[in-house]
Amino acid sequence: MEQLKQLVIVHFKEFYREPGIIFWAIVFPILLAIGLGFAFTDSRDERRTIGLIYKNTDSTDWLNEEHFRIFSEGEMKLGNKKLGYTTFHFEETDRDGAMNMIKQGKSTLAISIEADSLNYHFDPANPEARLSYLLLSGYFNGYGDKTGDQIVVLKQTGMRYIDFLVPGLMAMGIMMNCMWGISYNNVDKRSKKLLRRLVATPMKKSNYVIAQFITRLSLSFLEAVLLLSVTHWIFGITITGSIGALLLMFISGNIAFTGIAMLTSSRTSNPQIANGLINLVVLPMMVLSGIYFSYHNFPDDFIRIIKLLPLTILSDAMRSIFIEGRGVLAVLPAAGILISLGAVLYTLALKIYKWY
Amino acid sequence: MADPIISVRNVRKYFRDTRAIDGVDLEIDKGEYLALLGPNGAGKTTLVEMIEGIQAPDSGEIFIKGKPWKGHEERLHHVIGLSLQETHFIEKLTVRETLKLFAGFYGLKRARVAEILDLTRLGEKENTWVKNLSGGQRQKLALGIALINRPEILLLDEPTTGLDPGARREIWEILKNLQTEFQTTMLLTTHYMEEASYLCEKIVIIDSGKVLAKGTLDQLLIESKCNEIISLSTHQPMELSQLTKITDLAQIELSNDGCAVRILVNDLITVLPAVLKYIDAQKITPRTLECRKMTLDDLFIRLTGRHLTEQ
Repeated sequence: MEQLKQLVIVHFKEFYREPGIIFWAIVFPILLAIGLGFAFTDSRDERRTIGLIYKNTDSTDWLNEEHFRIFSEGEMKLGNKKLGYTTFHFEETDRDGAMNMIKQGKSTLAISIEADSLNYHFDPANPEARLSYLLLSGYFNGYGDKTGDQIVVLKQTGMRYIDFLVPGLMAMGIMMNCMWGISYNNVDKRSKKLLRRLVATPMKKSNYVIAQFITRLSLSFLEAVLLLSVTHWIFGITITGSIGALLLMFISGNIAFTGIAMLTSSRTSNPQIANGLINLVVLPMMVLSGIYFSYHNFPDDFIRIIKLLPLTILSDAMRSIFIEGRGVLAVLPAAGILISLGAVLYTLALKIYKWY
Repeated sequence: MADPIISVRNVRKYFRDTRAIDGVDLEIDKGEYLALLGPNGAGKTTLVEMIEGIQAPDSGEIFIKGKPWKGHEERLHHVIGLSLQETHFIEKLTVRETLKLFAGFYGLKRARVAEILDLTRLGEKENTWVKNLSGGQRQKLALGIALINRPEILLLDEPTTGLDPGARREIWEILKNLQTEFQTTMLLTTHYMEEASYLCEKIVIIDSGKVLAKGTLDQLLIESKCNEIISLSTHQPMELSQLTKITDLAQIELSNDGCAVRILVNDLITVLPAVLKYIDAQKITPRTLECRKMTLDDLFIRLTGRHLTEQ
């Protein structure tokens, strides 16, 4: 017990004596949540530049007064309170100039005035360009600026971007905490020959790993409580489901990522290689597992693979507890998968672990 | 006679094609201090790490207090204290916290930490972070950790490398006292001949994974059949063919320019007159002439062809 106690104390001291780690592990996710929360949760006024291509003066005969007024003023504001306002700024140019504006990212759409119509030049794969097209073509085709009349604004808790984001950030916090706190820390200790010095004493290896698990679990918990408190205070985030289920997922996530972290750090004694290995594990999941944006835009076959990633399993389950009000029973399969994964990888890691 | 406390029998260890340890036999009795000498890459650390249980031999046997490592790890870790070459402890822990951590592994209380702080004279630095310690203080901390469990056996891999003579002597005194007070057994690897001859009664010289010589310093010098050295330097070059005519010489080392020679002899009284006669006959003007007892350093160079610190 004394061994475990001393190891836990030391792991905590290692953590809080590194101000850099405190920032990245605790302060950064909170800042990220606040920043992204404000950026994507409230609608706001947007400004877009449109390249306006005049072919020649003959082609403008069919334009009406409204067209002339807008193009000569060079600006038009569309939208309403519910949708938010978009101000379009028209910049007269030739075809090459308009294409350059798009290439340089100044604009996503250009309008050319043809003999009997307006043509819209844009990449349909770009959602921003598509939205500009719909707004502008609707207006110029005579529907006026009626968008917004039928909009019912969903601003209840659970339906906003921030509600989607916070459970994901919490899951990612668990992953980052384990991967850097266990994997990198152990490779660093191995490279400094400290790991072999530790196991050349009667210290039990299991105590060492348990102490790391306890430390990381506590730190993830602290991080999650702070993140939840701050986002509750600013955005009114609440847990609609069961706290017990959330705790279960929390522990399962830590078990899974402790196993992954132990396997990642099982052989190398070079911290730079460890850095690469950790990023190899962490980055694809950060991008694919739907932490910041939903993974449902990927092709179906790809989604099937994404759903197998441990971070996807964890963040989806946490999100279902936060937003959909799920309880322990609903998340049991996810918890079971994560715990089994952690146990299998941990056992495998210990078999090949290089302590010396 | 009691069984040796450490017994190494025909141990071999290979790394790919390299024979790191090639059939080594070694015995250390209780209360004995043994120095393991060898140039860099001789296999010292590999041998010590096998005795420490950190590496397993490919063949051969190692017994500590009559027990092999396998199946007795827990018990043997309690009787051994060790310091590895270049261990970095946790940088942002204080000296006291580091000692407390290791004391915790052995189930020892705070009182032992205080004793170690006192013994290693690190009391003034007890609240200093490891990263702010000097090289000497770090080595003392490593020694303090090695001693924390009052080990019967100490295995120290270059415990004083890189230290200034004052710090080195402080560590020597601590080790000397342990032998007198507690009959501690010690295996030490070192680059310093002076350290080996001051601390240890038994010396083992290894190179390329093999034992070249072992015994007390006196035994080694007697066995080498050359226990004295005549060094002669001259203004004009000497010829090796002439030098070899002097009787009863064990070994002659002539410098490249021929103006300096080291003659390793087993009886100075009989050889010196012959050397003087040679100087006279060849009408050589000596610049320096020195006669002295052979040292461990000389013996080491003779056996390995290298200086101890050579790469």
